[in-house]
Amino acid sequence: MKNFLAIILLAVIITSCNNGNSDNKSEAKDSKVSSITAAGATFPLPFYNIAFENYTKKTDILVTYGGIGSGGGIRSLKDKVVDFGATDAFLDAKQEAEMPAQILHIPTCIGAVVIAFNLTGITDLKLSNENLSDIFMGKITKWNDAKLVASNPGTKLPNVNITLVHRSDGSGTTYIFSDYMSKISKVWESTLGRGKSINWTVGMGAKGNPGVAGTIQQTVGTIGYIGSEFAFAQKISYAKIQNSAGNFIEPNLASISAAAQGDIPADTKVMLTNSSDAKAYPISGFTWLILYKEQNYNGRSKAQAEETVKVLSWMIEKDAQTLAEEVNYAKLPAMAVTKAKEILKTVVYDGTPLIK
Amino acid sequence: MKWNVEKTTKTLLFAASLVIIIIASGMVLSLMNGSIPAFKEFGLKFIISTEWNPTEGNEHYGALPFIVGTILTSVIAIIICIPLAFSTSLFISELYRGTKVASIIGTMVDMLAGIPSIVYGLWGFYVLRPWIIDLGFNSQGYGIFTAGLILAIMVIPYATSISTEIMLMVSNDLKEAAYSLGATRREVIFNVLIPNARSGIFTSFILAFGRALGETMAVTMLIGNANIIPKGIFDTGNTMASIIANQFGEADGLKLSSLIAIGLLLFVMTGLINGLGKFIIKKL
Repeated sequence: MKNFLAIILLAVIITSCNNGNSDNKSEAKDSKVSSITAAGATFPLPFYNIAFENYTKKTDILVTYGGIGSGGGIRSLKDKVVDFGATDAFLDAKQEAEMPAQILHIPTCIGAVVIAFNLTGITDLKLSNENLSDIFMGKITKWNDAKLVASNPGTKLPNVNITLVHRSDGSGTTYIFSDYMSKISKVWESTLGRGKSINWTVGMGAKGNPGVAGTIQQTVGTIGYIGSEFAFAQKISYAKIQNSAGNFIEPNLASISAAAQGDIPADTKVMLTNSSDAKAYPISGFTWLILYKEQNYNGRSKAQAEETVKVLSWMIEKDAQTLAEEVNYAKLPAMAVTKAKEILKTVVYDGTPLIK
Repeated sequence: MKWNVEKTTKTLLFAASLVIIIIASGMVLSLMNGSIPAFKEFGLKFIISTEWNPTEGNEHYGALPFIVGTILTSVIAIIICIPLAFSTSLFISELYRGTKVASIIGTMVDMLAGIPSIVYGLWGFYVLRPWIIDLGFNSQGYGIFTAGLILAIMVIPYATSISTEIMLMVSNDLKEAAYSLGATRREVIFNVLIPNARSGIFTSFILAFGRALGETMAVTMLIGNANIIPKGIFDTGNTMASIIANQFGEADGLKLSSLIAIGLLLFVMTGLINGLGKFIIKKL
């Protein structure tokens, strides 16, 4: 018994000594920047994973990105536990006021939301604005509803109940989708509104893009919205959506990119949904990285701030943008890249710009 | 210096128990602290309101749909669990006591307990759900019933292994005495074994129910996650644990506080049920 206790005590002492040692070591290393931490949106996660992995290979600086959701990304930046955050919906004036200091938005790529469905033998479906909002508000409940048949001549729609699948978790995908729906339907705007999660009155929820896609693929008669990057990588049917010019547009990288051809404000904070471009897929949107304008906070070194800005600059340049297309996101149009570069030039450390 | 072993042991044990108390009370405190904004905004209506509306400007949060969903799924689970777990433990501990068959079944039950929640969820998603659709209960296979069914399978091992242990503990002298008086096996089981093991068996079901209340992942994958009060057991719904798991990531402000408040309610509910279990056991 005595020996046993002695051993335990010894073990405790040894482990506590070890901890002390390793702590000291990691502190010593910190004078040279070896890692950058970021967290946030899951919508662009496949792009960020591949991009940061490539960046780490290229520069030996470990960029760690946690896909914890836009809300989590904003919270982490607010708590100053990450070097930069990521969000699918830009921060509104109220959210920005709640942050401890001024923050900047850097768009990184364009994603879209596709309307996926599962009907045996049918791959081609056109959805007018009215039909889309009626389905998602539960007003059209059968696939062979006269309104759907009328806008899909030549397609034999079955007498099957429509099962609506939406996201059960808060998500940027839902934000982009509900923002678009609010733009095309006044009733939607005044009842369901826009948000990362909304008060669904019909249908069922599934967690994440994989959850929604899985449910749709497994169940005949379902319809739901999925992030395009996820849908493109799956064998899943998605609908052509009517844009503001009245054309039915199939979502693909070209039509998504077309959504950002219009004018972009200097701070890039704009929702691209319902673009006026005749070729644009209407349910598209930017996703952003966010960081503090003044990088000297929480005792961060200047080197750390410089490396942070370097990562962000790299993200909007050609190498990273090519990677974005590889994982099914549309790249930023030239105008957006120019604006993003201008924004990065305003990032300062102790008031001095980090990029000349 | 002479080392006082007794004293050191006592100190170590005391420190370990103290840590438990600190962690438990810290959790309650932070849950209470986090839920203050929600209760300030909605008061006790938070518990009885059925609206869960996260739309900005119209924010309103009520926990009733999730409380109903949690209780419904757990009750379905325990109703299915009781006969199965009870028979299995009777089989292992009495009818086939000490045989190879009993030990194999016992091991299998323990194995069921070791399967991670997410695996049950996947199995439910790919195997159980299509069955529910084929049987024609509803068109997509999700819902309160599907979730309750998977919960039942998940809690059976807990109820079974505790019940088995308790039944094994019933003294052989008592049973032999009954046999010697000419009692049949059935009579021994119902007049000697069960009355003696009653409180233990009951505890095992209370513990199983408590587990069903808090189970998250598998339920989230199968319940359909509709934030409304279910219209029937084949309708979709949501539970307290799964709304937290679903919406915590993107929540902030009042919504975050409401989710924490649901966490607190779940904590209190589980506590009450365990307390109720203890109370009934004393009475029995």
